Amino acid sequence: MDFGFKLSPSSAINLDKVDTEKFAELHRAEPDVYKCMACGSCTSTCPANRFSGMSVRKVILGLQRGKEKEVIAMMKNCMLCGKCSMVCPRGINTRHLILSICRIYGEDMK
Amino acid sequence: MKENIVIIGGGIAGLEAACQLLDLGYKPIIIEKSDHLGGHVADWNCLFPDMTPAGDIVSALISKAADANIFLNTEISFVNKLQDSYNIMLSNGISIITRIMLVTTGFSVFDASKKEEYGYGVYDQVITNKDLEHWFNTGDDRRVNDSAMNAIGFVHCVGSRDEKARNSQCSKVCCITAVKQAIEMKQKFPEAMVYCFYMDLRMFGKKYEDFYISAQRDYGIRFIRGRVSEVSENIDGRVIVKAEDTLSGKPVKVTLDLLVLMAGMVCSQDSTKVANMIKLPLDSDGFLKSADNVADIIDSPKEGIFYAGACTGPKTVPETLAEARAAALKIHLYIMKK
Repeated sequence: MDFGFKLSPSSAINLDKVDTEKFAELHRAEPDVYKCMACGSCTSTCPANRFSGMSVRKVILGLQRGKEKEVIAMMKNCMLCGKCSMVCPRGINTRHLILSICRIYGEDMK
Repeated sequence: MKENIVIIGGGIAGLEAACQLLDLGYKPIIIEKSDHLGGHVADWNCLFPDMTPAGDIVSALISKAADANIFLNTEISFVNKLQDSYNIMLSNGISIITRIMLVTTGFSVFDASKKEEYGYGVYDQVITNKDLEHWFNTGDDRRVNDSAMNAIGFVHCVGSRDEKARNSQCSKVCCITAVKQAIEMKQKFPEAMVYCFYMDLRMFGKKYEDFYISAQRDYGIRFIRGRVSEVSENIDGRVIVKAEDTLSGKPVKVTLDLLVLMAGMVCSQDSTKVANMIKLPLDSDGFLKSADNVADIIDSPKEGIFYAGACTGPKTVPETLAEARAAALKIHLYIMKK
């Protein structure tokens, strides 16, 4: 039946429904992931950001907010150049972090 | 009273402690490396949040401390530990025997040229917070072009909260200094756009938040949440600043006539040199280590050695003065006890 309108899923972040297990695994592998203070240095140096929107800052945040799908789509644009590791003021090894995300969230990437 | 009290450093901490000790009837000795008293505050123009002239604070302290024994252009050559005192050899050939030392060696301003990507020392339009205060005081800086000042930027946290610069600590006073300097520039150049690039704003002190609100509401200063990644020069000789505007999640760039880097506080080499001579430990943040960071910030772990001011970490002017007064009282009680 066509009512002439449809319901859109809520775009709100529901922390009750976020899968924290994988992120906990990521945190065990990369304890520094919690050091991110979202300064945006990685994003503004990222050569892939301009044309694809890739942002390590958004990746780290997105994984903690249950936005795995968006994050994985974004990460496909990463060229692993490692510029973000060089600028991070908190000294996070972002390139290694990205590799760990690929390993842990690998299934979501297929 | 005969007791020798040696104050190492003639900045505001050393001067204030000397004033108090003079009032208590002692005759302290101030050792100052440079040719003038007042330290960094003597190079500053106005102090937040009431725009108190820094010169007034310094000259009042200097005139009150005038009866102390003051050695300018003097450094400590070496220190010998005697049984229950120290023999201090000065670079001017004088030696002093004392059992009490007050370390007021303060901080150094982070060398902004180490953050190469910000272009200090490379581009003419990039200066530091200290350079700007010097320009406020003297009007003499060829990098500041009064006639074409349409856009000005401030970068917070230069060399602070930065593990790549090996300074993970927050320098505490730069946020409010940037707000102050941004307001002052807007007063001088009302037509100019003024931007502050920040990661977090730490408005912890008395009236700081009011000052910040005034910067936004009354002066229209634009605060952009993103750490500057890169500064470059364009064809007109202006500088282009790039960052991520993290609140909109988009890259941002802006062209400026002047960029001011808020260089942070780091432990001064003089502090570490003195620490080596008297075998004082350093804390994990690189500053001198107090006996206790909550209850006993003025005591060093060594008997008879005391601290005041920014040698133990970034401090504001009122905090430094309060510590100096507390240290003078500590020294007085220490002498009384013996």
